Amino acid sequence: MNEARLRQNIAFTVLGAVTLLIVIPILLVILYVAINGAGAITWSFLTEAPRNGMKAGGIFPAIVGTILLVIGTMLFSLPLGVLSAIYLVEYASDNLFTRMIKLSVVNLSGIPSIVYGLFGFTAFVLVLRFGTSILAGSLTLAIMSLPVIITASKEALESVPFTYREISLSLGATRWQTVRYCVLPYAIPGILTGTVLSLSRAAGETAPILFTVAAFYLPRLPRGAFDQVMALPYHLYVISTQVPNIPLSLSFATALVLIAIVFLMNLVSVILRAHYRKKRLW
Amino acid sequence: MKRLWRRISEPIIESCIRLSGLAVVIFVFLIFLFLLRDSLSLFRHYPLGQFLLGRKWLPISDPPQFGVIPLLLGSVYVTFWAVLICVPLGVGSAMFIAEVAPKAIKNVLKSFVEILAAIPSVVLGFLGIIWLGPVLRDTFHLSTGMCGLTGSLLLAFMALPTIISISEDALTGVPRTYREAAYGLGATHWQTLWRVILPSASSGIVAAVMLGIGRVVGETMVVLMVTGNAPVIPTSILQPLRTLTATIAGEMGETVGGSEHYYALFAVGLVLFVITFIINFIADLFLRRARK
Repeated sequence: MNEARLRQNIAFTVLGAVTLLIVIPILLVILYVAINGAGAITWSFLTEAPRNGMKAGGIFPAIVGTILLVIGTMLFSLPLGVLSAIYLVEYASDNLFTRMIKLSVVNLSGIPSIVYGLFGFTAFVLVLRFGTSILAGSLTLAIMSLPVIITASKEALESVPFTYREISLSLGATRWQTVRYCVLPYAIPGILTGTVLSLSRAAGETAPILFTVAAFYLPRLPRGAFDQVMALPYHLYVISTQVPNIPLSLSFATALVLIAIVFLMNLVSVILRAHYRKKRLW
Repeated sequence: MKRLWRRISEPIIESCIRLSGLAVVIFVFLIFLFLLRDSLSLFRHYPLGQFLLGRKWLPISDPPQFGVIPLLLGSVYVTFWAVLICVPLGVGSAMFIAEVAPKAIKNVLKSFVEILAAIPSVVLGFLGIIWLGPVLRDTFHLSTGMCGLTGSLLLAFMALPTIISISEDALTGVPRTYREAAYGLGATHWQTLWRVILPSASSGIVAAVMLGIGRVVGETMVVLMVTGNAPVIPTSILQPLRTLTATIAGEMGETVGGSEHYYALFAVGLVLFVITFIINFIADLFLRRARK
């Protein structure tokens, strides 16, 4: 064994150790939450409203709130994101306008979530007079999710072979027909994967909903799009910092439910991706 | 009939597509405009110089002081330590995942990174309060575990997925011929990785680090929950401090709409917007260079 080989072994061991140093805490975090939270998860915890100043009862309104926000976010961000990706891939020529759009996507993805919260508050809650409502919260989360959806959709559209478009156009189809029938169908799985992933992130976000939708304590279900709603991440923030003497098991159980919802959505996106790879035609 | 429908519908759809492209630009512009508008309302009464250079953030004393320096330094301290921790870890494990790990392990490791990316920040903040904070307090004999270091450690953890996945892309994107040339000259796998692949991927890795920094600077909930929320100029990472993001999240609910304090928080938001704009712009430049 010469010196170079020895050095390589040392280096690779160090890299492996570094990787373990990352993997182990991830495992610990998940297990810690799961073990401490599992005991408090009962049917009534999942289906009842909080009682007694959130010291007892369940988290049903917060679960419903989070689901409603995810749906609302998708309604706004999916069409807008996909259409702008279509513009960038299929329509845009390489000019100043296109470069501005691309730069804006980069920028939008870098804006801190709390700044989205400020923007949502002025734009939707105050200027458009939606009040603190599901509508205002969904719109805020939707703008925040746009860059991920656009990037994923762009990649999905770009991966469709160019020949598909050439053949369609050569048969006399218009540009929109080409996109609609020969490109979009093959890009949809990739678009969905990215969308579900970005929605799972929106489900876990707290900062953008702080001033736009989240209710501190509202033990009933919302009555419409202009109603406030409780949300899981904000509820966890509230019971772990704002209200004293909350049983720890409730906080852990809330954290576990939040993680479970987010992981479930990630799992859906992984399955979609696997399914898509298998059926790929090129 | 069908042809008529097509003649009407197609221009409508195509203009929708164009409008959607435009929408992204408009959103960035609007976010900037709204922040600027409310910040300017502050600077009508409160001098810009005192905001940018003021060393005290005392929003509810009389007269109030809105010096952004303590908050800015709070963000800088927390970010500096987080980056110091997560860059070596992130780049190291990206090298392991891209070059050393066998394929099966590689996929497992990648899904671990995805799992980490999916954990909501508020959950990590909660764990910081009940577990990491107390542990650090006892290890370093502090008066409180709610300090800069608790935040830095959690933020480092949260920035890892960004750094790992983009660095890994950069490493695997290095042309195969580079590697083959190095092997041909008799280099070992490690020598090739260290002397050839890593330098060739440096643009992408710098971009990964910049995006990681952007993520750390902009993260709100974790720092709000675990850094102790003391808006004073920090002198050590082991003491409580307050970042730009946590100030907005923590104080917005207590302000009266239209008050100086309210507008001051928008000015803090504008500072954040400008900082992250610059960081992401630089990251994008490096990413573009890496793609070439």
